[in-house]
Amino acid sequence: MEPDGALAIETEDLAKAFGETKAVDGIDLAVRAGTVYGVLGPNGAGKTTTIRMLATLIRPDRGRARVLGHDVVSEADAVRSRVSLTGQFASVDEELNGRENLVLLGRLLGFDRRAAEERAAELLDAFGLSDAADRQVSTYSGGMRRRLDIAASIVVTPDLLFLDEPTTGLDPRSRNQVWDIVRVLVAAGTTVLLTTQYLDEADQLADRIAIIDHGRIIAEGTSTELKASVGGGALHVRVRDAEHRPEAGRILTAALGVPVALDPDPAALTARGADPEHIAAAFVELSHSGIVVNEFALGQPSLDEVFLALTGHPADDTTSEEDAA
Amino acid sequence: MSDTTTTATTGAGTTGAPTTTTAEPVVAEATLRAALSTRARPPRPTAMAASVTFAWRAMLKIKHVPMQLFDVTAFPIMFVLLYTYLFGGALAGSTADYLQGLLPAILVMTVCWITMYTGMALNTDISKGVFDRFRSLPIWRPAVLVGMLLADAVRYLMASVVMLVVGLALGFRPDGGPLGVVAAVGLLLWFAFTLSWVWTVLGLRLQTPESVMQLSMTVLFPLTFASNVFVDPETMPGWVQAFVRNNPITHLATASRELMHGAVDSAAILWVLGWSLALLAVFAPLTMRLYRAER
Repeated sequence: MEPDGALAIETEDLAKAFGETKAVDGIDLAVRAGTVYGVLGPNGAGKTTTIRMLATLIRPDRGRARVLGHDVVSEADAVRSRVSLTGQFASVDEELNGRENLVLLGRLLGFDRRAAEERAAELLDAFGLSDAADRQVSTYSGGMRRRLDIAASIVVTPDLLFLDEPTTGLDPRSRNQVWDIVRVLVAAGTTVLLTTQYLDEADQLADRIAIIDHGRIIAEGTSTELKASVGGGALHVRVRDAEHRPEAGRILTAALGVPVALDPDPAALTARGADPEHIAAAFVELSHSGIVVNEFALGQPSLDEVFLALTGHPADDTTSEEDAA
Repeated sequence: MSDTTTTATTGAGTTGAPTTTTAEPVVAEATLRAALSTRARPPRPTAMAASVTFAWRAMLKIKHVPMQLFDVTAFPIMFVLLYTYLFGGALAGSTADYLQGLLPAILVMTVCWITMYTGMALNTDISKGVFDRFRSLPIWRPAVLVGMLLADAVRYLMASVVMLVVGLALGFRPDGGPLGVVAAVGLLLWFAFTLSWVWTVLGLRLQTPESVMQLSMTVLFPLTFASNVFVDPETMPGWVQAFVRNNPITHLATASRELMHGAVDSAAILWVLGWSLALLAVFAPLTMRLYRAER
């Protein structure tokens, strides 16, 4: 383990191109040991390529990266012996059962047969997979597969764990389980670098977040700092009768002092950038006017809003050029 | 999508119902903490241990999907029966006579054909996420492939045993005795192991298992048929003879016949060893370069 405060990951102008596509185009990262660092961005932004370079799977074209004090190119083996990778697509063997997967990893990490089997049993138990241990992984649900995947990454507790989109495609319950696992891991002293497309995931888990787009970091900071930089969340209001919307719009504009946008939904309105102190007053004004409000919700800015604010284009505007990488 | 709303009217439970209804958490936090409390890292496994572990992985796959053994059981039986009864009468006067020369050679041909599946299996296997994990482990890097080929050697051995049993039942009588047969099979397995590195190159280089198979067959057809496996090359035109006499499969078939019938009287074995070392020297490093390369 690195002493707290030391840098677990440092990169300088890290870059990688695939043919004409600049997947990663000069990234500087500084991740403190013992923290969770979130890399947030849409498909094709360069998240997976960045992780693959840091996990020594591909060589950078330019720049340098040190992981736990070792250079990812010249000291790749030293890096490999202290990190673990949970890839975006389940990095477990579908044809084997859960137990065999973990024993296989244990053996490859140097445990003898008995120690590998004991470690497998312990992890299956910890991840609630004991009942499914002897079933082929191809029969597992998405959540079970993800848990096995993470279990396989901690057969030897790594000092640094890379999680590439750990909850993409999972149902909310499984997603919460993965979040719980990450929290326990970090509490136990492992540094985690995770990529995600979801702002709330980064918000829930990460101490610091880098937002990347087209292979570059466009914003970096704590989640509070990033949200502040886009001017707070949006207020969503939905009236019961669509005919009352124009009046509701006038009242909100007056009370909040910001423009109110009309949503495609004929009964809904959205106000951005409102001072939180005015929002309660706006609610009171609305109810005095006799307009029945079905929804009055203050949302945190979504990834889309952060993106829109930072880049001027929505998050899903990019094609998934990086899929093959 | 990522709007965390603080409203009473929207939201809860609209997406993705949980799959089970138990209230207790699936992840046992205390057990997980205990599991993470150890940072013990055993010493890195030896090259041999890592290779054997990968061979074990391949064996587990066979255990879960036994149909994978079809190519090393049904295929060889079919070959022995077909060639013995189709060609035996016409080429050697009787099937029993033909079988004495045919079986050691058809064994060579069949096992060489089966090596083709190595490249296809690797091509399918390597596209899966689990290879990222293998590649990020601090192990001797060729172990993944060596282990795979070790497991394949077991498959080749199965094919050999199946064919020998069928052959013996049909009247094959090796004069070299068990020792000669074992030596012939041993030489064959070694050659097949070195030949497999050609297919691992294709498996890593080509995009789909189909293209691997097509290219492998294009190589294997002339290699196995333009040999002395079925007939004596003497009646062939000169230029064909030139190819046939220098074909490694011809050397291997000759060596196999000589060893099984206890009459080693040519340099065929040395030729086979030379060819196999050459294959290994060229294609193993090439495979490793492709394996290390980025995809």
